[in-house]
Amino acid sequence: MTVTTEAVPTTAPRPRGGIVQSATDSLVVARRNLIRMTRIPEVVLFGLIQPIMFVVMFSYVFGGSLQVGGSVNADVYRNFLMAGIFAQTVTFATAGAGAGIADDMHKGLIDRFRSLPMARGAVLTGRTLADLVQTALTVVVLAIVAVLVGWRIHEGVPKALGAFGLLLLLGYAFSWIGALIGLSVRTPEAATSGGLIWLFPVTFISNAFVDTSGMTAWLRHIAEWNPFSATVQACRVLFGNPGVSESTAWPMEHPVLASLIWSVLIIAVFRTLAVRKYRSATA
Amino acid sequence: MPGAIYAEGLVKTFGDVRALDGVDLDVPEGTVLGLLGPNGAGKTTAVRVLTTLLQPDSGKAVVAGIDVLKNPNEVRRSIGLSGQFAAVDEYLTGRENLRMVGQLYQMSSRAAKARADELLERFNLAEAADRTAKTYSGGMRRRLDLAAALVVSPPVMFMDEPTTGLDPRNRQQLWGIIQELVAGGTTLLLTTQYLEEADHLAHDICVVDHGRVIARGTADELKARTGGERVEVVVHEHDRIDTARTVLAALGKGGEATVTVDEHTRKLTVPVTGGAKLLAEVIRELDTRGVEIDDIGLRRPTLDDVFISLTGHAAESEDAAKLAGNTAKNTKEAGK
Repeated sequence: MTVTTEAVPTTAPRPRGGIVQSATDSLVVARRNLIRMTRIPEVVLFGLIQPIMFVVMFSYVFGGSLQVGGSVNADVYRNFLMAGIFAQTVTFATAGAGAGIADDMHKGLIDRFRSLPMARGAVLTGRTLADLVQTALTVVVLAIVAVLVGWRIHEGVPKALGAFGLLLLLGYAFSWIGALIGLSVRTPEAATSGGLIWLFPVTFISNAFVDTSGMTAWLRHIAEWNPFSATVQACRVLFGNPGVSESTAWPMEHPVLASLIWSVLIIAVFRTLAVRKYRSATA
Repeated sequence: MPGAIYAEGLVKTFGDVRALDGVDLDVPEGTVLGLLGPNGAGKTTAVRVLTTLLQPDSGKAVVAGIDVLKNPNEVRRSIGLSGQFAAVDEYLTGRENLRMVGQLYQMSSRAAKARADELLERFNLAEAADRTAKTYSGGMRRRLDLAAALVVSPPVMFMDEPTTGLDPRNRQQLWGIIQELVAGGTTLLLTTQYLEEADHLAHDICVVDHGRVIARGTADELKARTGGERVEVVVHEHDRIDTARTVLAALGKGGEATVTVDEHTRKLTVPVTGGAKLLAEVIRELDTRGVEIDDIGLRRPTLDDVFISLTGHAAESEDAAKLAGNTAKNTKEAGK
């Protein structure tokens, strides 16, 4: 052990406070999570394989037998399907955020962070931002695969980019739900399964994989007001893909606005709940 | 004037369990307080309250002159915490871990980098600095964790069982670091289950059991409470135990002292008065009677003895108690 005289005790620099500190602290934590991703590339890889598998399975297994816009055509179905797969993919980032935060709790890292003079929401914001980067990466790869199986955009690049923006915002919103789940469960394992199971009804009781007009009335109402469906509908409109719902439900008639409102609302509610939970978190 | 760490009437309940049941603490600046107690005594809960991680149900806590409950963020600038588990990100390198903590202590990126390099050097981690913490040994992780707690050289440090699970060499090393730290003027609150550790490092000791401080004082003061010294003898041959017992009983305290015998280890213990002179007498007498001895010594009471005399049970965790129970059983069987 090197023997050196310890410096005279000093307190940490005075926090700048406010939004500047929140932003820099969040970026420090986001950087940490991004470094982690490069050290465990298999997690990113599995995150990529899953949606690709969905594209291939849905388009070749279901594609020949599902009716979209009054016709059964595998090529039409693939173009219909992609908005749903994109949306499902971004929401699955939820499970990652939950498991990551639960793991940090389990390992005592959340205790360390909470004992530091850092911005309160930064640990969670950092995590959700890092997840957003991963989600964006997944979406890019998925888009390439989609083009390979025959998916096309018809409304121009700016609108398509708008659709991707809505998708990422939805994914970011859902990762805050994941953060809350991660802080609420006892083990990382529970966070993984707890972060996934509720996503199945949310993504399936929607317009993502089938035309809602075939559903019974009550189920159709749920599907049409599902925040997830608004984003899917918005993407179909912005991509110029088939199967845009003719429904007169408000979110289906104004899908872009509805998608924005839903995502912002989810962030507002779940960020507040998660940060509150974080302040009293115990491993 | 209250010390660098001050607590008054801290109470914290979890359901039916009173984890803290009115704890008072006062640690003068630049000293070390050892919080000594078995698992579940409330040591960790006390540390969590003092480090702003947990809200007490009632009571008052002041750290570095700042009210913990009213101004937690100010307290966080002045403390370092090294918890029971090495809380480092195992997928980050040692250097990355320390830089991150420095930045979150609101140091500039450059200052955090320089401090990280300095700490890695000081804690003998320079060579492993660019490997992920996952590849570190237990001792290295602990050192990294401690380095993370020292990123700002905080005036007040909290260490929750810093050497639990470390091998003797690593423990010694960590003790050295802690002593250096205190020499530099840091106030330290340390929890431990190891009586030897509290004895070695702490100026003052609070013995905690069931959420209450049941005794406090210096190690010597606490030892004085359990009475005087004793002689311990290990005889070479099992069948000489009885002879040795007679000798010790006669020379022990009051001339008719009670001798405790561990048949398995052939160890006899007797309370004595008279110190080294008496020890010489015991050796001569045993020699005269032809009792060959493997080991003999004058033993002052340990904090273990203190704990037993204060609580009626040993300062052991449940697991350790179970293990000790098994050993006792084995001893008995082997002694047959």
